[in-house]
Amino acid sequence: MPEQDRVITYADAGVEALREEMRRDGSIVYIGQGIGPRGGNFRQTRGLWKEFGDDRLRDTGICELGATGAAIGAAMAGTRTVVDEVFLDFALEAITQIVQQAANISYMSNGKIKAPVVIRGAMGAVRNAGAHHSHTFYNWFANTPGLKVVLPSNPYDLKGLFKTALRDPGPVAVIEHKSLYNAKGVVPEEEYLIPFGEARIVREGTDLTLVAMSRMVSLAEKAAVELAQQGVSAEVIDPRTIMPLDRQTITNSIKKTGRLVVIDESPSYCSFAGELLAIAVEDCFDELRGTPKRICSLAVPNPFSPVLENQMIPTVDRIVREVHDAMKNSRRES
Amino acid sequence: MSERVLAEQISKELLFAYYKKVLELRLFELKVQELYRNGRLPGFVHLYVGEEAVAVGVCSHLENSDLVFSTHRGHGHALAKGVTAGIVLAELWGKVTGSSGGRGGSMHMYAPEYGFMGTNGIVGAPIPLATGAALSAKLRKKSQVVVCFFGDGAVNSGSFHEAVNLGAVWNLPVIYVCENNLYATEMAFQRATKNTDVASRAAAYGMLGVAVDGQDVVAVHEAAREAIQRARNDGGPTLIECKTYRYVGHHEGDPGTDYRTREEVQQWKQKDPVKIARQRLRDAGVDEATLQSADQEVERLIDEAVEFAENSPEPSADSVNEHVF
Repeated sequence: MPEQDRVITYADAGVEALREEMRRDGSIVYIGQGIGPRGGNFRQTRGLWKEFGDDRLRDTGICELGATGAAIGAAMAGTRTVVDEVFLDFALEAITQIVQQAANISYMSNGKIKAPVVIRGAMGAVRNAGAHHSHTFYNWFANTPGLKVVLPSNPYDLKGLFKTALRDPGPVAVIEHKSLYNAKGVVPEEEYLIPFGEARIVREGTDLTLVAMSRMVSLAEKAAVELAQQGVSAEVIDPRTIMPLDRQTITNSIKKTGRLVVIDESPSYCSFAGELLAIAVEDCFDELRGTPKRICSLAVPNPFSPVLENQMIPTVDRIVREVHDAMKNSRRES
Repeated sequence: MSERVLAEQISKELLFAYYKKVLELRLFELKVQELYRNGRLPGFVHLYVGEEAVAVGVCSHLENSDLVFSTHRGHGHALAKGVTAGIVLAELWGKVTGSSGGRGGSMHMYAPEYGFMGTNGIVGAPIPLATGAALSAKLRKKSQVVVCFFGDGAVNSGSFHEAVNLGAVWNLPVIYVCENNLYATEMAFQRATKNTDVASRAAAYGMLGVAVDGQDVVAVHEAAREAIQRARNDGGPTLIECKTYRYVGHHEGDPGTDYRTREEVQQWKQKDPVKIARQRLRDAGVDEATLQSADQEVERLIDEAVEFAENSPEPSADSVNEHVF
């Protein structure tokens, strides 16, 4: 099998990014819970402790505030760090350190102090984990000046973006999706980096632009296949990083298709989906053929019941149905 | 015998340096108070008046490369760490020559070139940061130590508990210095906690804790010397509780009289760090003329700082987007 066809999981792609970067940069220290001998709750650090030991794979007790603050302080002092919140939900225990200290430090210090820290956490709904273990939160992070926000949707992107994050002056929030850890994809063994702020055109199309992030990308792809069978050609775009954002690729597509539908696992109110709609209006108003639309999770805490949670989060069926509605909606004769 | 004479000379020199530094911190803050009251400075300021001996006694043992993390009441820590009065004042004035080029202000001033890792607007937040910086020092096998100042208001926060616990279990080169001035804003420490003996809390984390008279720069100096040496020799962290008091309100504009009595303030002023440091010099045989000339030297230094800051340019408005990342 040729090297470029090697298929590995999302979790292993993250491990590989870390292994390569920790070998390259001997200063990187990884801090978190269960990330040492256990190899991570999601197997997201499997095998690293064996190679790098206690000093660099630093397990802590349950103290996200202290551990995250320490990771940021170490970064400010010149040691590149990764702090693994495991569940992104748990980052809230440490949010003051992330927002007030890490995100502000470059500006507050007039650029004299950087915090090269990666804040890693797994978001989103998986297997009915309930309200405390399913949040997305990336809207909050993206709304914080000084933070970069990475949302990898597949193993290839995770490896390339994570490696870039580990060379960034920081801070960077690398937000994975819990339900993607076992997803497989082609990941080259050789070195590659994916720059921040470069969207990926997942599928080309002419009738409308679908923008989706993280797990929603695969749903958008499936919806696009169905839509194609029904005569609608959807272009699917994955921004990959929402801060910084590749505004150009997205607006070029909207100008081409005249229609935008955003698929977002966060609730719609004050969301990144809302930001994309604003961009469509600001940059593509004259080219819009229909009202931009967003398909988001309902604004409820993640319910435990599978029936209720399925109702809350966008599904392929809902995307297909609502895209058809969007296609009927016309601002002008085309 | 010659050794003894030498020791006394050094000691006198040190005492002199301490006195001048304590006085510098005092006169600096009184000048800030004056400028602020006259509407010259934007923002908010929390003054260090009454607590000067803590910063000076601790920082006197630090090298430039050692790191200090400070608080919202941090002008004194910056000065004691060696940041010049002009740079600190220029920052308070929002000038481009300030330590953060005017982007920070009183509660967000950073001067890593002096090992000063910042004042902080969030009570307790520097404790995890300092702990992490100490982890960095330890991993890089530097002899660098990190000092974290915080008030009694911080020790009931989760930040204190989580960070001090990590500092102890990782045996880090960090000195946690609690400036117990008895009030967190208006909240008396004895109303905020059942155990008002901060130093005793160290035992809960398996580390050393000492309490010291924070008004006497020499007492602070002694306690800090031991703790800093221990940290440098991989002996782990120490919690030092400095018992001190602020003569002024919580921030400039707070009279500070609603929640404490004038008698209490007066009582603490009897143990004034400037007076104590001056008396030590007199006891060492320094004459009044020498003291007065030292006073004038410090006054000049503050005047020069004002001149520097006042005449420094404002940042250009179109630089507002710089340094976000």
